[in-house]
Amino acid sequence: MGYYFRHLRINNRIVDILEQEQILLKGLAGSDKNSIELIYRDNYSSIQSFVLNNNGSVDDARDIFQEAMIVLFENVGKDTFKLNCQIKTYLYSVCRRLWLKRLQQLGKYNFNLENLVDIVPVDAEIEDHEKRNDDFNLMENAMSKIGEPCKSLLDAYYLQKKNMQELALEFGYTNADNAKTQKYKCLLRLKKIFFAQYKYT
Amino acid sequence: MDDILLLEEVERYLRGEMSNEERILFETNRKNNAELDQLVVEHTYFLQGLETFGSIKTFKNSLTEVEAQLISEGIIGLSPLSGKAKIVYLWKKHKRNIAVAASIAGFISILASGLIVSFTSKMGNENYRVLVDQINKTNREVNKLKSIDAIEKSGTTKPEVDFRATGFLIDRKGYLITNAHVISRMKNIYIENRKGEFFKAEALYSDKEVDLAILKITDTAFKAVSSLPYSIKKENAELGEQFFTLGFPRNEIVYGEGYLSAESGSDGDSSAYQLNVSANPGNSGGPVINGKGEIIGIITAKDSKADGVVYAAKSRNIITLLDKLKKSDNQFQVIKIPNKTELKKLDRVHQVKKMEEYVFMVVGN
Repeated sequence: MGYYFRHLRINNRIVDILEQEQILLKGLAGSDKNSIELIYRDNYSSIQSFVLNNNGSVDDARDIFQEAMIVLFENVGKDTFKLNCQIKTYLYSVCRRLWLKRLQQLGKYNFNLENLVDIVPVDAEIEDHEKRNDDFNLMENAMSKIGEPCKSLLDAYYLQKKNMQELALEFGYTNADNAKTQKYKCLLRLKKIFFAQYKYT
Repeated sequence: MDDILLLEEVERYLRGEMSNEERILFETNRKNNAELDQLVVEHTYFLQGLETFGSIKTFKNSLTEVEAQLISEGIIGLSPLSGKAKIVYLWKKHKRNIAVAASIAGFISILASGLIVSFTSKMGNENYRVLVDQINKTNREVNKLKSIDAIEKSGTTKPEVDFRATGFLIDRKGYLITNAHVISRMKNIYIENRKGEFFKAEALYSDKEVDLAILKITDTAFKAVSSLPYSIKKENAELGEQFFTLGFPRNEIVYGEGYLSAESGSDGDSSAYQLNVSANPGNSGGPVINGKGEIIGIITAKDSKADGVVYAAKSRNIITLLDKLKKSDNQFQVIKIPNKTELKKLDRVHQVKKMEEYVFMVVGN
């Protein structure tokens, strides 16, 4: 925990572990790189050892850890979510389940996952995450199909939250109204593609 | 068009931008019109999906950046070490420095007199030679003759140039990367393309620490290119990785190839690589490109004593530098570095053919 103590001083006061974890989670929810980095530094190596000791490679460990971080990210955003254990324990449980699941899919592991007892229960959250992940892929796929400048336009407006004036300037529209019309046309296309693939899945 | 107006209304409603009267009218319409009601529900769901998509994407980007940094620090990717292995690892790590230290003994200059330009480098290593070419008078006369043709066509008067180096595009709109030591000796900077056309450029930023500079072509005659076929690699390149370089040690583009011979630069500098390749004054600022078409480094200097020992700044320095600049200065936010390579499946000749359009001579006086 020495690492924490060097970094997390608030108003020149060293905060205790519980408080530190709350701060880290808050940072994580806001995609703050420093928080992400601290969590990585503190947890990655134990996950890597686990994956390496269980038939996996360094790349597998990176994948699994990223995915677990996304699970945590999706959950800290929810009002109802409360972490009842340390981040370390949570990440370990998620990674363990994700990895055993993957091994099972690859046919390298014979064990009924329903009998797996987590240190903290995370199975529902992982299922939730998988659904979201499907949605994410659908949206990403739809985005990749609408082409430019639609993709950048929607990205700038809906994701980077730029206003119409900025968009007109950046994309070279003569005025904000034209940019707006174009944006809605693009949105209609995106929607059409998104919902069309939804029907097939 | 109607669809668009309707969508706009729905979004204004969802964002709470409607006045009270408008809102009441809209809600009545919604009650009476099942289709509109459905549209509102559907659009809410869709926008939420888009929002989630955006936030996860941002988060993933942060993850990737943090990961790249930890990989470069060696925290990710090293198997846990124990006892004996650790000692071997430490020895390996220091052997490199010891080797470099041992090579500092003396040096033979391989540069013709008059071409040597002293540059106080961060290395303090007297064998460290930056590769800007100082053009002597005869050369200049020859160049003048050579490019008269081109000048007549382009209509740009050829500037008097004293120095020549290399630079390459990192954004299609005319942003280039070269070395800080290249532009530190130029008052006026010009970019020359293969046709011999000159464009006025200015230095937006230069960082002596990593020896990189960002240039912008300010000349109105310059037309943005449609896209860049190569990407800039975030991760470290591997020891032994093969690559090729393009640069201007002569007044003409020159191809070179080699391999990555050490993961750190002069005196164990971890922001650079040591390469085995032939490089000469004028090569400074040139891209180092791997087989997949990813830029892995930027040529900066060579060891004047050892044969074929060339140093290159790691490509991730470009990314870190831009990330930093984007936070503090708006003018850098328009720079979008290429992240897709179109060169992966091409053979070398075609890779070079595609690449050379984006590698320029950086000249100045």
